[in-house]
Amino acid sequence: MRKKLAPYWLILPGGLWLVVFFVVPMIAMVNVSLQTGSLETGFQQTFAWHNYVDMITNYHTQLVRSLVYGLATTVITIGLAYPMAYWIAFKGGRHKSSYLFLILLPFFVTFVIRTISWQFLLADNGIVLGNLKDWGLLPESFHVLATPYAVVGGLVYNFLPFMVLPIYVALERIDRTLLEAAHDLFASRREAFTKVVLPLSLPGVFAGVILTFVPAAADYVNAQILGGTGQVMIGNIIETLYLTNSDYPDASALSSILLAALLLGIFVYAKALGTRDVLDASAG
Amino acid sequence: MSLDKLDHRNEKGWALKAYTWVVIAWLSLPILVMILFGFNNTTGRFNFVWQGWTLQWYRDLFAIPDLTTALENSITIAVIVTIVSAVLGTMIGYAMGKYRFRGRAMLDLMLFANVAAPEIAMGTGLLSLFLTLGISRGYWTVVIAHIMFDIVYVAITVRARMSAYDRSLEEAANDLGASSFTTFRLVTLPILMPGVVAGALLAFALSIDDFIITEFNAGTMQTFPLWVYGSSRVGTPPQVNVMGTLVFAFGVVLVIANTLWLRRSRKRQAVRAA
Amino acid sequence: MNDQLPDPALLRGLTQARLGRRDALRLFGAAGGAALVAGCGGIAAQGKKTDTSKSAVKQYWSKQKETGQLVWANWPLYLDTKGKSDHPSLDQFQQQTGIQVKYLEVVQDNGPFFAKVQPTLSQGQYCGFDLAVISSGIYFNKFRDLGFIVPLDQDRLTNFRKYGAQKFQNEPFDPGNVYSIPWQAGFTGIGYNPEKTGKQIKSWQDLNDPKLAGHIGLFANNEDLPNCALLAIGVDPLKSTESDWRKAADWLNKMKPLVRNFYSQNYINALATGDLWVSMAWSGDIFQQNLSGKAIGQKLEFVIPEEGGLLWTDNFLILKGTKNAVSAMKLMDYYYQPKVAAEVTEWVNYISPVPDAQQVVEQHAAAATGGDKKYLDAVAHSYATFPKSSVYDQTTIGFTPKAGSQLDKWNSIFEPVYQS
Repeated sequence: MRKKLAPYWLILPGGLWLVVFFVVPMIAMVNVSLQTGSLETGFQQTFAWHNYVDMITNYHTQLVRSLVYGLATTVITIGLAYPMAYWIAFKGGRHKSSYLFLILLPFFVTFVIRTISWQFLLADNGIVLGNLKDWGLLPESFHVLATPYAVVGGLVYNFLPFMVLPIYVALERIDRTLLEAAHDLFASRREAFTKVVLPLSLPGVFAGVILTFVPAAADYVNAQILGGTGQVMIGNIIETLYLTNSDYPDASALSSILLAALLLGIFVYAKALGTRDVLDASAG
Repeated sequence: MSLDKLDHRNEKGWALKAYTWVVIAWLSLPILVMILFGFNNTTGRFNFVWQGWTLQWYRDLFAIPDLTTALENSITIAVIVTIVSAVLGTMIGYAMGKYRFRGRAMLDLMLFANVAAPEIAMGTGLLSLFLTLGISRGYWTVVIAHIMFDIVYVAITVRARMSAYDRSLEEAANDLGASSFTTFRLVTLPILMPGVVAGALLAFALSIDDFIITEFNAGTMQTFPLWVYGSSRVGTPPQVNVMGTLVFAFGVVLVIANTLWLRRSRKRQAVRAA
Repeated sequence: MNDQLPDPALLRGLTQARLGRRDALRLFGAAGGAALVAGCGGIAAQGKKTDTSKSAVKQYWSKQKETGQLVWANWPLYLDTKGKSDHPSLDQFQQQTGIQVKYLEVVQDNGPFFAKVQPTLSQGQYCGFDLAVISSGIYFNKFRDLGFIVPLDQDRLTNFRKYGAQKFQNEPFDPGNVYSIPWQAGFTGIGYNPEKTGKQIKSWQDLNDPKLAGHIGLFANNEDLPNCALLAIGVDPLKSTESDWRKAADWLNKMKPLVRNFYSQNYINALATGDLWVSMAWSGDIFQQNLSGKAIGQKLEFVIPEEGGLLWTDNFLILKGTKNAVSAMKLMDYYYQPKVAAEVTEWVNYISPVPDAQQVVEQHAAAATGGDKKYLDAVAHSYATFPKSSVYDQTTIGFTPKAGSQLDKWNSIFEPVYQS
């Protein structure tokens, strides 16, 4: 009998920690989102659903912008990551791990520092732009910082490994004999790729999309450091509402809205891709 | 099994290779900038114009008390978090890899949801919880938060390692009269160790680097990423570059050491098997 | 196989098959149960007003002792500085009194600093700072109303009473100096780089120029920004109505595409590096940046716009939970000696609350030679440090909405401008 309980004892401490500090907080957040009040008077539960309406009314621009930036980041990283993952998986040979190591290497530096370095590199009169302007190749008023390109660029930079690795893992797992078979059956290089490699790599792409789209859309650090007034993302607003304005109900409402939007996005994407096929094929 | 003899693309293979190297260079660019400007002999408030070489910032590394405290906080938090999440996460990973039990799928969903969920939602959720319960935010709320997400990464890593694990070894040990605990200690754990270490390294790195969840739950306490973020608005001192460089170098050394250790232990296993 | 790197294993784990519908329902059910347990409790009020009756204050101060320590939170560029981080006036103070002062330039703006210390102060705990410098206005009121600040010991303000300008004693926002005495005062106007703008900037409306697009800076606060916007559209902030506020916000929103960013103290860095060509600015910052900007041949200009500028006072506050209140009082009063006040003004270039300091600066100028003499002469007679009444006439103290529904309305109109 004791043996049967073994798994439950094992998962109890960690599982309990997760329930208390991961699941319950989500509920606490919805709870706070329906309150009204201020720092001086305290906040009381008033089932203020209008907070949600207000937040969507005031900040739908930033919400859409965040989803668009997230989508752009995801598409661009797939475009950048796939060829690289492909080459390492199929042509990397003995040095596969070294390449992966080199790709991961920059990420041993704190991501805030990496982003600040980009702020430095892209400065209006810095190393890159300053020289280009001095040589007359760019107008004096040209700037990369405080544009969407800087923010999405920063997001792509920071999330590239999250796309490379899953795609690489999926590609690496592909049974080479399948490709041999394709060639034996007179498939062209392109057909072998589109009919064998690509479909089998989709689970990796799917994992990469989830690991990239969600955090990129919810990010605010890149927007804060590299962006300007027109690049404010929903995460920035949530940060401001909680930490500067102490407007906890509105902040919680907005955070819940963001979470719901992202969950919806993933759900739609998963359905479109046919999760069962994707996930079953990659089990274990 | 190499595809080279089947792949007519050999001539074009160099294009993708060059591409890969270009991307690697692009990825490394900010790091080089960071390392380089740790040596900048800057005199003004800002570190953005090159003014010559100096080792001053390496000597005066701890000249900014708040920054030093922030770095200390980050390290001590990461150590505590790594130890706790390594234990709790390994327990979960092991249980999920070995047993089939009711609620396993639910636990699985919780782990997946944790990895997929945006940090800002987890951070603001915790803040909402602490506000409701009147718990002041500081060092220990950050420890709690980091353990929360690190358990998941350790669990997933250990569980994946379990799939390569031969259960018959445990059975054999039991047949020879070993208790479950002894079996775990002498048979299972050594085999799981690389997974546990890998998970622990990952947990450590994630904790030291964490920004978003930490910002919402640190109150007035500062960790290294928080301090650097604050300084980004007013001018980042060169000491930040130096610390970033040192943490980077330390991480690299750790990974290389881990890799070498793994290679040696596998060689040893191979030798023993022969 | 790939166990050298943790991530592939992690990712294999991520792409494993998941659960069915029933388990998901069970999970939500459990979560719902937890919700009931968590209850519908709210969040408690985060502070309450302090008792400022004479007896209560006397009682408080009778229990305070000299500790020899002090932590002082101030704005950047707000204390005389030699080299990177030497503060001569502060060093003198430490030598004279033996009090160890930790000086931290952590106040980037009133709002962010308030937000930083509010959680700990609300818990009734020490926030890590004993003395802070906060502007009169919305946030001073918040600090006061939430009981975050300590009423001053009126018996320890001898220098203040003797040397402080009449104008700064008994100000309307803190009658009787119950909680604060001024540190410095200053103007909010426009700072710009003439080389980059190619022309003189003379008014708030001049900012609304497409040629400057992407290089305009404004303040990210609900004090300077709205008041300057009201001035820009020709309204006296002290007489403004809600519809005026909306018009001002509209003016800002129309200009927003041209604005690079909304800044706190860091606007001065952006002006220095050339990211900004023109910005809302605080008077002393511009003069100081010119001191360091000389090395790279940069000269910024500060101007009080035609429509008017803002006059504000930054004040010493003692924060609750401190054990070093006596040291704080000593430091506050120390800076009211004319000699010390002069040292500070010569460097920070803000309005000194000690009129006698002007004489001291003139004496220093007389004793100096060459470039130093020119500089000190300028400081002694600058409109930014010892302004004549005509300069004051060009400025207004701006409107401070009352906490409660008025402040809420003000915030709801202006916060979206600079926060989104």
